[in-house]
Amino acid sequence: MATHAHTEVSLRRRRSYSSYVMPAVATLLVALLIAWLVVNFVKGPAYFVTIGFIGLTNGALYALVALGYTLVYGILELINFAHGDVFMLGGLFSATMLLSVFHLHAHASTLALVAAIVGSLLVAMAACGILNAAIERVAYRPLRGAPRVAPLITAIGMSFILEDVAIGWKGPGYTAVPSLLPTGPVFSVAGITYTWEKLIVVAITAPVLLLLVWFVKQTRQGKAMRATAQDRDAAAMMGIDVNRTISFTFILAGALAGTGGLVYALYFGQIRYDTGYQIGLIAFTAAVLGGIGNLPGAVLGALLIGFIQSFNEGLLWHAPGSDWTESIVFSILILILVFRPEGLLGERTPEGA
Amino acid sequence: MRRRLRAAISAGWWEALGRLGLSHERWTALPTTVRRAVKAVIWTGISLLLVAFLGVWQWSALPMAAVVLVLVVPRYGGVTIRGRKVGRYIIPLAVLAIAITYPFYAYSADGVSPGLPQLPIFGTFPLMSTMVNMGIFSMMALGLNFVVGYAGLLDLGYVAFFAIGSYMAGWLASSQFSQVNIRFGGIGVIQGLTGIHISIWLVLIAAGIVTALAGVIIGLPTLRLRGDYLAIVTLGFGEILPIVARNGDSLGGFNLTNGTGGITPIDPPGFGNWFHHHLGLPANYGALGTTFDRDYFWTVLVLLLLTIFCSARLRDSRLGRAWIAIREDEVAAAAMGIPLMRTKTWAYATGAFFGGVAGAYYASYNGSSNPDEFYFQISVFILVMVILGGMGNIWGVILGACFLTYLNSEGLNNIGAWLNGHFGPGGSDFQIWHTPLDVPLYNFGIYGVILVVVMLLRPEGLIPSRRRAAEFHEGVHDQPLYDAAV
Repeated sequence: MATHAHTEVSLRRRRSYSSYVMPAVATLLVALLIAWLVVNFVKGPAYFVTIGFIGLTNGALYALVALGYTLVYGILELINFAHGDVFMLGGLFSATMLLSVFHLHAHASTLALVAAIVGSLLVAMAACGILNAAIERVAYRPLRGAPRVAPLITAIGMSFILEDVAIGWKGPGYTAVPSLLPTGPVFSVAGITYTWEKLIVVAITAPVLLLLVWFVKQTRQGKAMRATAQDRDAAAMMGIDVNRTISFTFILAGALAGTGGLVYALYFGQIRYDTGYQIGLIAFTAAVLGGIGNLPGAVLGALLIGFIQSFNEGLLWHAPGSDWTESIVFSILILILVFRPEGLLGERTPEGA
Repeated sequence: MRRRLRAAISAGWWEALGRLGLSHERWTALPTTVRRAVKAVIWTGISLLLVAFLGVWQWSALPMAAVVLVLVVPRYGGVTIRGRKVGRYIIPLAVLAIAITYPFYAYSADGVSPGLPQLPIFGTFPLMSTMVNMGIFSMMALGLNFVVGYAGLLDLGYVAFFAIGSYMAGWLASSQFSQVNIRFGGIGVIQGLTGIHISIWLVLIAAGIVTALAGVIIGLPTLRLRGDYLAIVTLGFGEILPIVARNGDSLGGFNLTNGTGGITPIDPPGFGNWFHHHLGLPANYGALGTTFDRDYFWTVLVLLLLTIFCSARLRDSRLGRAWIAIREDEVAAAAMGIPLMRTKTWAYATGAFFGGVAGAYYASYNGSSNPDEFYFQISVFILVMVILGGMGNIWGVILGACFLTYLNSEGLNNIGAWLNGHFGPGGSDFQIWHTPLDVPLYNFGIYGVILVVVMLLRPEGLIPSRRRAAEFHEGVHDQPLYDAAV
């Protein structure tokens, strides 16, 4: 692993300069953002909260994908570019399972719905986990000793291959999933409505996230993962099977992506070969925002990105609108990487200089 | 594993040849030139047989094969003229001559020349428009080669520079800004047309300079990141710029980029009437019609030659050696007194310059600059060219660019037609699939396969730069000397 001291020679002057200006600019930007949110809230509190619920739902979905990036980055220091496409294939698996295997339709009974969702979830998790581990075995493992950009390049190649697998399987158009989730309100107080579909998304996501945290913190395999992430060579010397641990991490990340795919297919109702690329970049931004390699950070970043997206697209007073969502997300990505590469919750890494 | 397989194949091969009386010892006893000649003749013969039986045979295949043999068999390295070593220029000059004369033997007065053979699977020789695109993409790949090949920085947003160059041509040589009326040598501008119309040659230079400045502006904050973080930041820029172009039809009420419609028409290149009458240069490339983009092709060859010249000279300069030093070991380079930021920024600016010139020429050739042409896949497409050909090697990069551009514009179509004709519905041989395969639909998956296979099996590319190959096979100091896990 590349953990040598990075040279500070040419950077010292910048550092001292930016140590005064950058916090000031950042504070100003955050103040403007808060002012904008407050004005929007005052203009329509109920609407604001409803939009916020959309952000929460999107954020929960992004968290599932972002955790996959963070898990893999934490253990291999590799940006798994193909992860978004594994997520997309997970969505297609789920759509196929829901519609062609379980034959769900919009008026299915609650029991059938729950059974079909749980069944599809298990299949999608297993399929994506195995797929992700296979990608690691084929495209990343042979390049462990190569320069750092080599596995990133194969990851991009795998991403393209997976997109074309999706095109070959489902064609270049959208695969539609009819709205299976109930869309009625859970509660409706003072103009604020919270619908069942949003609750179900959170209800699928939250247990998976808690399970993941428990797994990484409490189990023997999770301990092996953390040890490998910290120092691969030392972990190997302590008798940890590093290759198996890495494969396992990829299975775990793939299973999360599969869950995300199912949630996406259910909630948004349509999925296409390039969905994974878009969602993947957003989720990657979320992981970087929270501090890549940091599990709670990924969830925090995903929720923030979800709120930013929904407020940008939904609010009425001076919002740039959905045309600019991607630009805003990528600007956040660039700003975070340039000025605070360790993210909100992460620690300084050699990448950040 | 691979080595053992190769040894087994080789042993079996010599076993069979030994039965025929040609043992390994007798073969190695022959002079090198004879062995090279025999091998080349065998390979050319196999190719000719393939053309004859699977392609469309024309007698012109024989002189073509002869030219290939003459170029491939002798070693030209030691050739001298009056004591000066000129050997290493012979093959590039011969290839250049073949390229320059391409419009003459590939095209006749009324279209594609029927005299050329058709290759098996790949079909006809490339069209003139494909040749122009090959030149443009070779320029871009060489530009990216400054960043990826020489300085070792992964840039996933190179399309941003392409886009900036293209829009520079759109702003400076079209009627986009109809509020003003500025003319300076614009070609094909009819009376009463408003907007900025500047001679395309000046626009090319301006586009290069502006794009290089953009490279500096993007590079200054980002280049202190290392490795994959830099790649992601460049990807971010490569995504943002096309979005700005797409939504830039009312930036504060000002129509900057004309949105999704793009800027069109853009003035074609040309030299104007004065140069036409006095020096015989073409007045207006766009008005020529039936000469199959000949002038566009020769012009892009000139631009490409300039790019090659700059690539070779810069590589051997103090700056180029600093780039290679940074690529191999950043810390050691800094310790030797190389200013990291300045050197990297120069690599970025130089690469951006050529990307910008290529983008402006592309826009002028197509007569439009459209936001749909600038997406992430194009960045990776250019990256595949560099990686397939051989990072850091000028000839490799050009080979990769030409091959992939050909595949993208015609090759995949031809391959698809061949596959469907032989194995598809109503196929002549035997039917394997029942609905026609749309091979060009899978173009990026095919490039993805190329990326993965090249990185796994031959990371130094088809024509490797010797130094880069050593880095990949022996590792750089950035890496651990052993991997305890494997």
